Amino acid sequence: MIHRIRKLSLGLALLAGTLAFGNLPAYTLEEFKFEQPGQHEAFRDLIAKLRCLVCQNESLAGSQAGVAQDLREEVYRMMLEGQSDEEIVTFLVDRYGDFVLYEPPIKPSTYILWFGPFIFLGLGGYLLFRTLGRKKDEPEEDLTEAERARLQRLLAADGDNQENIK
Amino acid sequence: MTATSATTKAKRRALIPLAVFIALAALLFYGLQLDPRKVPSPLVNKAAPVFELESLDDPSRTVTNEILMGKVSLVNVWASWCPSCRQEHGELMQIARENDVQVVGFNWKDTRPEALEMLKRYGNPYVVSAYDPDNRYGLHWGVYGAPETFVVDGEGIIRYKHIGPVDRNVWETTIRPIVEQYRPQSS
Repeated sequence: MIHRIRKLSLGLALLAGTLAFGNLPAYTLEEFKFEQPGQHEAFRDLIAKLRCLVCQNESLAGSQAGVAQDLREEVYRMMLEGQSDEEIVTFLVDRYGDFVLYEPPIKPSTYILWFGPFIFLGLGGYLLFRTLGRKKDEPEEDLTEAERARLQRLLAADGDNQENIK
Repeated sequence: MTATSATTKAKRRALIPLAVFIALAALLFYGLQLDPRKVPSPLVNKAAPVFELESLDDPSRTVTNEILMGKVSLVNVWASWCPSCRQEHGELMQIARENDVQVVGFNWKDTRPEALEMLKRYGNPYVVSAYDPDNRYGLHWGVYGAPETFVVDGEGIIRYKHIGPVDRNVWETTIRPIVEQYRPQSS
């Protein structure tokens, strides 16, 4: 019985949550109207490349955060003014830093980010081949003279029946 | 080379992967402690972005960058809907009361009645609050959440940006030394 009440109250809580959030306005990209064909796509492509700083795993294109909407409106306004993608991106980077870009620019502080994986891949490959090469070159040191003689005997005795060489 | 030194060398060699692993684990563990919300602001050491906004308590009065000149200021971005702002409010009251620093409010994406209600209830640490309900100038300041606190020197240059609430520890260890550093020297 208690279990059932718990379940019921959980259900009610979830329902209340849904209702509360249901009242929040949902932002869509539909409200941004462009006169020329292709502009809406350009707008969408541009904001997809920009990060929402509040919810950092979302782009400006997908975020429901209020700040994201403000920035979308700003990008929209700038596009209508005829500003280029570069100008808009520079405007945002000047205020929010490189972090608004999903793809960080290549510069000294990001070299390790861009080239680090290749350096490690090269290093790993080098070590791998060096180790393999050395294994091949190394003579089998651990056979003593007596063992070697025994090996020869065994090989001579049984031809190429390998089961005897243990 | 003797046999023993060769084995010691081989043993040492075997420890290299372990050392690399520990170094990597330490690096990643350090990464876990970082707060991804703390994005460095490109505005630090640049002139504070120009703004011109109504004063929160008096719509006929205009607040501009003028207010920042000649004194070290804390520009505190706040809103009545923001719980962390309420959390830091008492600390701001104390800072404004006990220190020679002016606290300028930047009321952000808020409504006038609710903002004034909060100041009435919890006190007003601000010499003035600029009222920016539509994020018109917040955007130029690179604001993406509340609270945020900028330290602006007497020449109107941003010297530091703190993201998140200011508490005693943040004030004493981080913000206060910067305020002291940029305080105009009285001769």
